[in-house]
Amino acid sequence: MAATPIPLEVRDIKKRFGDVEVLKGLSLEAHKGDVITLIGASGSGKSTFLRCMNLLEQPDEGDLLVHGEEIRFKQTRHGREPADWKQVVAMRAKLSMVFQSFNLWAHMTLLENVIEAPVHVLGKSKKEAIEHGRALLERVGLAERADYYPAQMSGGQQQRGAIARALAMDPEVMLFDEPTSALDPELVGDVLKVMRDLAEEGRTMIVVTHEMAFARDVSTQVIYLHQGHVEEAGPPAEVLGNPRSGRLKQFLAPKH
Amino acid sequence: MEALMNALTELLADNTIFTMKTLGYYGEGLVTTVQLVFLSLIIGLVLAVPLAIGRGSRHAWIKMPIFFFTYVFRGTPLLVQLYLIYYGVVFVDGIQDTWLWLILEKPFVPALIAFTLNTAAYTTEIFRGAIKSTPRGEIEAARAYGMSQRLMMRRIILPSAFRRALPAYGNEVIFMLHASAIASVVTIMDLTGAARFVYARFYAPFEAFLFVAGIYLCLTFAILYFFRYLEKRLLAHLKPANQ
Repeated sequence: MAATPIPLEVRDIKKRFGDVEVLKGLSLEAHKGDVITLIGASGSGKSTFLRCMNLLEQPDEGDLLVHGEEIRFKQTRHGREPADWKQVVAMRAKLSMVFQSFNLWAHMTLLENVIEAPVHVLGKSKKEAIEHGRALLERVGLAERADYYPAQMSGGQQQRGAIARALAMDPEVMLFDEPTSALDPELVGDVLKVMRDLAEEGRTMIVVTHEMAFARDVSTQVIYLHQGHVEEAGPPAEVLGNPRSGRLKQFLAPKH
Repeated sequence: MEALMNALTELLADNTIFTMKTLGYYGEGLVTTVQLVFLSLIIGLVLAVPLAIGRGSRHAWIKMPIFFFTYVFRGTPLLVQLYLIYYGVVFVDGIQDTWLWLILEKPFVPALIAFTLNTAAYTTEIFRGAIKSTPRGEIEAARAYGMSQRLMMRRIILPSAFRRALPAYGNEVIFMLHASAIASVVTIMDLTGAARFVYARFYAPFEAFLFVAGIYLCLTFAILYFFRYLEKRLLAHLKPANQ
């Protein structure tokens, strides 16, 4: 093993829903500072793949290593399940997720959302968490919205707040599940700008997105999924600039 | 205080029904009603929280008994439940020789038990509905941020569900206040009991029951006001800004 363990490694993940095999053996290694974008048509399995990485979905087969630690599984009547949920909880605290529909906790103010997990999951002191939280809100341009409830903010503000909530965990890897898909076009820019800043400061990120410009400019690796397997993968200049497969060419072709 | 009493005495001098004595009955009835309703609501609420959580369990041996409990207590009239607990316990063999009899002999405790179990059953179902309607995304976020099941219940699901349950629970409180009137049929001198006494004593149904209706209206007003205040404070997060 290398001197510093790989933040996130998944090997040969398979997942089926009923009769449909949605992931047909996917692997990925996220090294420190990597920005990996997953692209593909809807139904290609990219969101499911991402959700398998923090076990919001249980993969039927495959290994998952977070910071070099392998997650243990066991077979039960209901299928494969993690053997030790405590391990999963600790693992999830190292990977924070940003969702398509923001999923801020509606009964808490923005600042309360941001400090919730650091205080109650990581056991940070409240004072420290508030200080850190305010700094993060400042960073995503929401300092003056700290005491607002999610319902009182626009989608773009909520998503930037959700990114602040993710950052508050000091995560090893940040997972983004179509973070701009639920936003009005004029609000997408602000969210992408925050994400570009994060990539520039060397955050390890895995991003499911339809924003090809973001994938091209920011990512270190692009993975194009088609029907649950990797059709093409590599540096963005190669995958997006010079696609080999007909499917990817078609996927990238401008739709008027 | 004395001036007030004098004014009251003077006001009542012309009528024969509302003397200081009958007002005293109403006063005692008010105390009994408030005690009965308040105690049964508090205990019922404390019981309902774990029951509502258990009601949503995936284990049949936890959720089925709770479902049976809420089904029985919501599926039968409160009056029947009260009769069964008040008159029924007498027929339990040997109960009159135990210390239990000391409390069950008087009507207050059987009524308290019936009301508590009844409101616990309704409140359980109110909370269960609210827990079930917690937005999926918020639960997912809690899981994704490393919360254990227990922590998520305590920090995310229950606080969110309690707020959503507030309007329905306010109705339940008002319902219990009015349902408590049937305590008078097992000889409890609650508000309605006092009214029945005054009615029987003076054969003045309108005066006796209109007066007590007025007191119930005042109590209901206080409850409504209290819940409006709670909703304003706790449901602020559902209101859009600038409105």
